Amino acid sequence: MKTNTLTKPGTYKTLALLLLLIGPAFLLFLLFVVMPVVQAGYYSLFNWNGIGPLTKFRGLQNFGLIFQDQVFHTALINNLKIVAISLFIQLPMAFGLALLLGRNKFRGEAFLRSIFFFPYILAEIVTGIIWRFIYHPQFGVPTILSKLFTENGGEIGLLGDPSLAFGAILVVIVWKYLGFHMIIYIAGLQSVPKELEDAAVVDGANKIQVIRHVIIPSMKSSFIISIFLSIIGSFNIFDVVWALGQGGPVHSTETLVTYLYNFGFRRFSFGYGSAVAVTLFGICFVFNLFYQRFIVSEGRHGKN
Amino acid sequence: MNTRNRIIGMFVLLLFASAMLFAGGQGEQQAASGGKEVITWWALSSGGGAEDPRQILREQIIADYEAQNPDVTIDLVMLDNEAFKQKIQVAIQAGTPPDIFHSWGGGVMIEYAEAGMLRDITDEVKNNLSNRIGLGPLGVYGYDGRYFGSPYDMGAVGFWYNKDIFAEVGVSVPETWADLLRIVPQIRQAGYVPIALGAGDKWPAHFWWVYLAMRMGGQEAFNRAYDGRGSFADQPFVRAGELLLQLNALNPFQTGFLGATYDDQGALMGNGEAAMELMGQWAPGVQAANSVSGEGIGDALGWFSFPAVAGGQGKLTDVMGGGNGYVLGKDASDAALDFLDFFLQEKYNVELVDVEGIVPVVAGAESALEGNANLIQIADAVANAGYYQLYYDQFLPPAVGEAVKDAVAKLLAGVSTPAQTAQEIQASWQANK
Repeated sequence: MKTNTLTKPGTYKTLALLLLLIGPAFLLFLLFVVMPVVQAGYYSLFNWNGIGPLTKFRGLQNFGLIFQDQVFHTALINNLKIVAISLFIQLPMAFGLALLLGRNKFRGEAFLRSIFFFPYILAEIVTGIIWRFIYHPQFGVPTILSKLFTENGGEIGLLGDPSLAFGAILVVIVWKYLGFHMIIYIAGLQSVPKELEDAAVVDGANKIQVIRHVIIPSMKSSFIISIFLSIIGSFNIFDVVWALGQGGPVHSTETLVTYLYNFGFRRFSFGYGSAVAVTLFGICFVFNLFYQRFIVSEGRHGKN
Repeated sequence: MNTRNRIIGMFVLLLFASAMLFAGGQGEQQAASGGKEVITWWALSSGGGAEDPRQILREQIIADYEAQNPDVTIDLVMLDNEAFKQKIQVAIQAGTPPDIFHSWGGGVMIEYAEAGMLRDITDEVKNNLSNRIGLGPLGVYGYDGRYFGSPYDMGAVGFWYNKDIFAEVGVSVPETWADLLRIVPQIRQAGYVPIALGAGDKWPAHFWWVYLAMRMGGQEAFNRAYDGRGSFADQPFVRAGELLLQLNALNPFQTGFLGATYDDQGALMGNGEAAMELMGQWAPGVQAANSVSGEGIGDALGWFSFPAVAGGQGKLTDVMGGGNGYVLGKDASDAALDFLDFFLQEKYNVELVDVEGIVPVVAGAESALEGNANLIQIADAVANAGYYQLYYDQFLPPAVGEAVKDAVAKLLAGVSTPAQTAQEIQASWQANK
């Protein structure tokens, strides 16, 4: 007689084992991920200074205030700029580097790889401090260059100029995360079947054609993961931006998370800050859903 | 017991164990030191790292105290200014403030006190500390007739200047705002940065606007804005912005000052590259710590008070300043209070003058200022002030303090007008008082 799978003695064991294995992680997940999100959602409905009791109910007013705030717009646009720079400059550069350095074709490749990967190992805050020195208006690199190569070159204070500061920060971001994506692509390259490439060459394909028609399609899953990490990372970026100027001068380098910190924490406006956090969470969540649904599953089909 | 039950049993045990992990933190404090009472103390460092003289002195004081009180252990945590502000907020929000921690008194402290995060030490202040420390300085740590801590330092913000540069350029100490505007181009001409400013940290820049507002409107204008008879958008506050823009138009600050930190500001002074900075009594120590030589400019450093402004209602003796002090967290024991009392001895207040450049508040300690002409000037300025204004970013509620700092940064960046600056501050005050 056929037994129902659920009442099979063996299945109970499997279920118990499953619970045993995922239980602790699930508990931690509930405690440190789900609970804070629910809490933040609740706090976002209040005008709350973060320490007293929750008494001043505001409904959705906080969200209205956020969307009216000019600084929030700047922050959101800055985040989108980071996404754009990551996708259209950083990732292609990383892919190019991977093609150059990922195939063990010449001596010193490993060394060069380490050089490009090195910035990623540095703590964000250290990166910020190093680049504060590089950009230092009195003895930094831009100032030295301008004094060396231009007639009446003077001091250049990139981080003190509201119109230039964010560009300077974008350079640091590309510099820092380039190596990480390069490594993902190098790993991806190794999964490209050599025979396919050879076959293409035999068929008379040139280098560009090999890359375009053989390598890129075979590395689809690498691109999917790197684009995903890149976008989520761009929205959550904080430390580097903070160390380079705390979102200033005059909020020109604010991102969503520095905005959350400057207008939530620093002002003891935790209700408002929570509303910002919920908004940020919403953006990432919707993007994630969309990406999982359309891109990642698409990628799987493509592979089949 | 069959296998299934055993596995379920193990699972329950595991859940229990992980729950214990969280509960475990609570009992830690008493258990850690074998019955000794542990007092946590968060203090500010001067950025000197392991050699930080502030830390060395505090460790010495702790050793002295522990020698007399073998059942108490004091756990010292030294933090940089900004790091401290961030860490203490998290601790307060979690409801676990340290036993003793740094404070500037005023609005932020009141916020903590209203939330019940501080221990009320009114009796101690009235019966004991007030015999040694003036009620003026103690007032900064009081609110609604109750006291939550005590200062060990109470000074003033004023101009620090490089006497050598002044002599070389041939200018004298400015007595009026017009004088200041006159000497700035001369100093620039001679190749020096006239004024160092770390406006990236915002609070050093807000000093300028507040002082100008005080010189323009005096105590009356502030009181009117504060109690609602007037507003921060009134004429003196708008005028303060206009005057600051007059100065800014002369290119008085170093290149990139809007992105510079207070440490950058201190370095410019300490390395003898800038002629002036507007800063509190602690400036010489920070200049030294951030200078290449590690010693600052030594005897070349002079001090003068904020110049008079023509047509202003404020007196030349009106002073903006503040001090450093400590408050007690809500769970602080009597031993913590006893240690604070021990710390506030004349002996240590004297030592702090050398180490931290404080203006002492403990009776008798002012003798330590002898020979330090700059600090004597500051102490006199504090003593003679008819109107003593705590820095706005500490005196006003935190949200308003931040709004003031943001508004002044925008003004200096040329993004908003003096009238808009004043309006923004008033709007924040309306929304948060």
